[in-house]
Amino acid sequence: MMKLDPKIPPGPLETKWDRRRFSEKLVSPTNKRKITVIVVGTGLAGASAASTLGQLGYQVECFCFQDSPRRAHSIAAQGGINAAKNYQDDGDSVGRLFYDTIKGGDFRSREANVYRLAQVSTQIIDQCVALGIPFAREYGGQLANRSFGGVQVSRTFYCRGQTGQQLLLGAYSALCWQIDRGQVIMRPRTEMLDLVVVDGRARGIVVRDLVTGRLSVQTAHAVVLATGGYSNVYYLSTNASGSNVTATYRAWKQGAAFANPCFTQIHPTAIPPGDACQAKLTLMSESLRNDGRLWVPKMARDQRSSEDIPEAERDYFLERRYPRFGNLAPRDLASRAVKAVCDEGRGVGPGGHGVYLDFADVIAQQGVDVVRERYGNLFDMYQRITGEDAYRVPMRIYPAPHYTMGGLWVDYNLMSTIPGLFVIGEANFADHGANRLGASSLMQGLADGYFILPYTISHYLATVALSLIRDDHKESRAALRRVTSRISRLLNSKGYRTAASFHREVGKLLWNHCGMSRNAEGLKSALTAIPLLREEFWRNVMVPGSGEVFNQELEYAGRVADYLEFAELLCHDALHREESCGAHFREEYQRDEGEPQRDDGRFAHVAAWESREGESPILHKEPLAFEFVQPTTRSYQ
Amino acid sequence: MRFTLNIWRQNGPDEKGRFVTYEAHDVSSGMSFLEMLDSVNQGLIAKGEEPVAFEQDCREGICGSCSLVINGIPHGPDRGITSCQLYMRRFSDGAVITIEPWRARAFPIIKDLVVDRRALDRIMQAGGYISVHTGGAVDGNVLLISKDQAETAMDAASCIGCGACVAACKNASAMLFVAAKVSHLALLPQGKPERTRRVKTMLEAMDREGFGSCGNQNECEAVCPKRISVRFIARFNREYLRAGIVESGLPAEPESPHAEST
Repeated sequence: MMKLDPKIPPGPLETKWDRRRFSEKLVSPTNKRKITVIVVGTGLAGASAASTLGQLGYQVECFCFQDSPRRAHSIAAQGGINAAKNYQDDGDSVGRLFYDTIKGGDFRSREANVYRLAQVSTQIIDQCVALGIPFAREYGGQLANRSFGGVQVSRTFYCRGQTGQQLLLGAYSALCWQIDRGQVIMRPRTEMLDLVVVDGRARGIVVRDLVTGRLSVQTAHAVVLATGGYSNVYYLSTNASGSNVTATYRAWKQGAAFANPCFTQIHPTAIPPGDACQAKLTLMSESLRNDGRLWVPKMARDQRSSEDIPEAERDYFLERRYPRFGNLAPRDLASRAVKAVCDEGRGVGPGGHGVYLDFADVIAQQGVDVVRERYGNLFDMYQRITGEDAYRVPMRIYPAPHYTMGGLWVDYNLMSTIPGLFVIGEANFADHGANRLGASSLMQGLADGYFILPYTISHYLATVALSLIRDDHKESRAALRRVTSRISRLLNSKGYRTAASFHREVGKLLWNHCGMSRNAEGLKSALTAIPLLREEFWRNVMVPGSGEVFNQELEYAGRVADYLEFAELLCHDALHREESCGAHFREEYQRDEGEPQRDDGRFAHVAAWESREGESPILHKEPLAFEFVQPTTRSYQ
Repeated sequence: MRFTLNIWRQNGPDEKGRFVTYEAHDVSSGMSFLEMLDSVNQGLIAKGEEPVAFEQDCREGICGSCSLVINGIPHGPDRGITSCQLYMRRFSDGAVITIEPWRARAFPIIKDLVVDRRALDRIMQAGGYISVHTGGAVDGNVLLISKDQAETAMDAASCIGCGACVAACKNASAMLFVAAKVSHLALLPQGKPERTRRVKTMLEAMDREGFGSCGNQNECEAVCPKRISVRFIARFNREYLRAGIVESGLPAEPESPHAEST
C-alpha cells in the first residue's frame, strides 16, 4: 500500500527550510567520491543539479536525448524569472511572492514548498549574475525588472525575450566546468526508457544510445529525473517536438505516484493554429500583455478588419472582466476568457480562433522605438510566421498547451514514492498548484537544481548504505527485457499508419475533452476512445528501419505509445476532480458569471495516482493543510 | 505549391552519400520548411521507407538543433533565421531545392542531414564558463554593469551553437562561435578573473577539434541566425593579444569594468 508522507518540517513557516537543512545528514567529502548519481535531463533543473552535485564531489552521470545539453527546452522560455529582491521598492517581499504563488496556484500546493521557493528565489539571481548571465540593466548599472501576469509588483528579471536561453546557457556553462573537471560524465543523444528498482529503491535506468541503438543499464546510488513536462500529449503545444512524458511515465509504471496530471496550463498568447500540417504552436511571451491590450469586436461574426472597427465597438474583455489586473490577469483566467469570446462567435482571423493583442496605444504614447526595444524579437518572430507587421496591425493570438503543473509526486525533499528516485523542475508536481504564474517555472527549475536537491539528496545518500548493483542483476535484466520487447513490438507491427497520425488523434481528443474546459460526459467519452485508439496503434503503426541504428521514427513512436497510455491517466484525474480550480475548469462547477467554483471541502488535496498493471490506477490523497494562509476565492476582479 | 527536392542521403559516417530526388506535393505557402519535410517523410513512412533524418526540436529558432544547407546556404536564403523559421512562401511554386547537411571535418555525418556537433561542446568545456560555486554569490547589484556593456555582452551571448558559421566558412572555422563566448564573458566583470586563460584554452580546443582558422571573409556573420557580428572576432583577437602580453609579464590594459564599451 502506497503511503504519502510529505515530510514537511514542523514549526514556523519562515524557519522550516533552515531547520531541515540543519537536521539533514551530510556525506563526508571522501565518501562523496564513491557515490554515483544519475541525472536525466539537462534543462534548467537538470543542468543546475548535475553541475552542483559535481561541484560537491559526487560522481555524476548525466543524460539527455538532444545532441547537446544546451538544447534542452528551457532554452525557449522567453519572458523572465521571478525573485523577491524588492529592488524596485514597490512592496515586494518573500512573503508576498509566497502568497502570490500560492494564490496563483488556486490553493492547491503545499505552503512549505512554496515558501521555500520564494526564500531561495533571491539567491538564484545572485548565482546567475555570478555565472555571467547578461540580465537587462538600468542606465545606472543596476538590474532591471518588469511585471508579469497575476501580480502587482515588478519582480521579474529578464534578458530581452531570451531569458530561458541565457539562464540555461549559464547552467550549461557550469555543467561544462564540471565535465572539464571529470566530475560529470555527459551522455548526449541517450534516452532513458525505463527505471531499475531493486528492493523498493531506484538503483539505475535503462538507456538507449540514439546513434547506435544500443541498450544498456546504468546503475547509481540515486536517480534524479529532470525530464520536463508533458504538454506534447496534446500534439500541438508550445513545447519542443522532442519534449515527452516517457521518463516520468515509465517511472510511474515502476511505482512512483503521479500527482495532479490534469493540471495543465493552456497559455493565452500563442500564434493561432494554421493548417493541418502544423507541427507546433509558437508562444508569444506573456510580457507582451504588459503593453498590449486584448480585444474582440462587440458584434459576433464581425467581418470588418481591425482598423475599421471604431473604439466604441471594441470589447477589451480582460479589462472589462478583471478591472484590477486588466490585461495582466493570470494565464488560466485569460485563456478561458479568450475561449469564451471565441465561443460567442466574436473570435477573429481564420476559423474565428483568435483575439487581437493590440499595441497601438503604447506605440502612440511611448513611440515605436520603445516597443521595438522591449519586444523587437517577438514582433520579428510574429512577422516571420504570419507575414503580418504587428507594429501596424494588431497581433492575433489564441491559447495553446504550454506547461504542466502536474508531475511525479515528491515530498518536501523532492523524493518520489520510490526511495532514491528524486524528481525536479517541471517533471515534479510540487510548487505551482493548479496554475503557474508567469516567470515562475525558471525560478522553480533553478531553485530545485541549485539550492534544494543538492541538500536533500545528501541526506538520503548519507542514511542508506548501498553498493552499486550489477548490470546483470535480475532487476536490471528484467528492465532491459521490458524495453527490448516494447521496441520489437513497435518494429514488428508493420502497419500502414504513421506514429504522427495517432499522436494527432489523441491530441485532438484531449484538446476537445480535457483542454481548457472539461465535463464528465466528455471525459468519459475520451476514456472510452483512448484504449481503442491505443489498440489500433499497436495493430497498425508503421515504424521503418531497425532498432540497432540511428532511427528517429522509432524514438518518436515509443513516445507516442506512452502518450496513448498517459492520456488516460490525465482524463481519470480530470474526472475525479469535481471542482474548478486554476487551470482545471469543470463546466459543472462554476458560479453564475462563469467564474470557477472551487470545492475546498472535498478537493483540498493532491491527487496522487498509483499504477496497477492492466487495471485502472488507484487514487491516493495527500490533504493540503493551510496553517499560514487562508484559502480564499481567488479574485482578480 | 509543389517542389522538387534534391536531398543528401547517407547511411552513416563511413558510408558513401548521394543526392536523392523527392517530389513534395500539396504544400501550402504558410507551411514551414521543416513542416514541408515532415510531410515528405510522412509519405515515405506510410510506404515503409526510411524517412529523411534531420535535426530539429524547438521549431522557434532558439535551440540550435536544425541545421540544413538549403540551396548552398546554411539555414537558407534569408538572413537572421534558422532553418525552422523559414516558410515556404519564400519559394516560388515548382522550384527545385537542394538540401544538404553541415559539411565540416569536425562535424562527421551521423545519418542523412544529421551531423555530430559535440566538438562545439568540447570547446565550451575547455573554458567557456566562469568557475563559480553554487551558493555564496554576492548580491546581484553589488557590481554595477553599464547598460551598453550588458547589451553588448547579450549580443554575443545570443549564440545558439548551431554551427552555421562553421558550415559557411571555407576553412570550416569555429571562430565566430568561440569569439562570441570569449567576448560575452570578457565583457562582464564576473568573467575577468579567467579571461587570460579562457581565450587560450578555447582556441587550443578549437584547433584540436579540427576546425580551420579564420580567413576574415565574414561568411559566418552573413549566415548567423542571431546576426552575431564579426566585430566579436576582432574583440577575440584583442583578447588573445592581451593574454600574450599578460603572460609575457608586460603591463596589460587596466581591468576596470567600465573601460570597454562598444
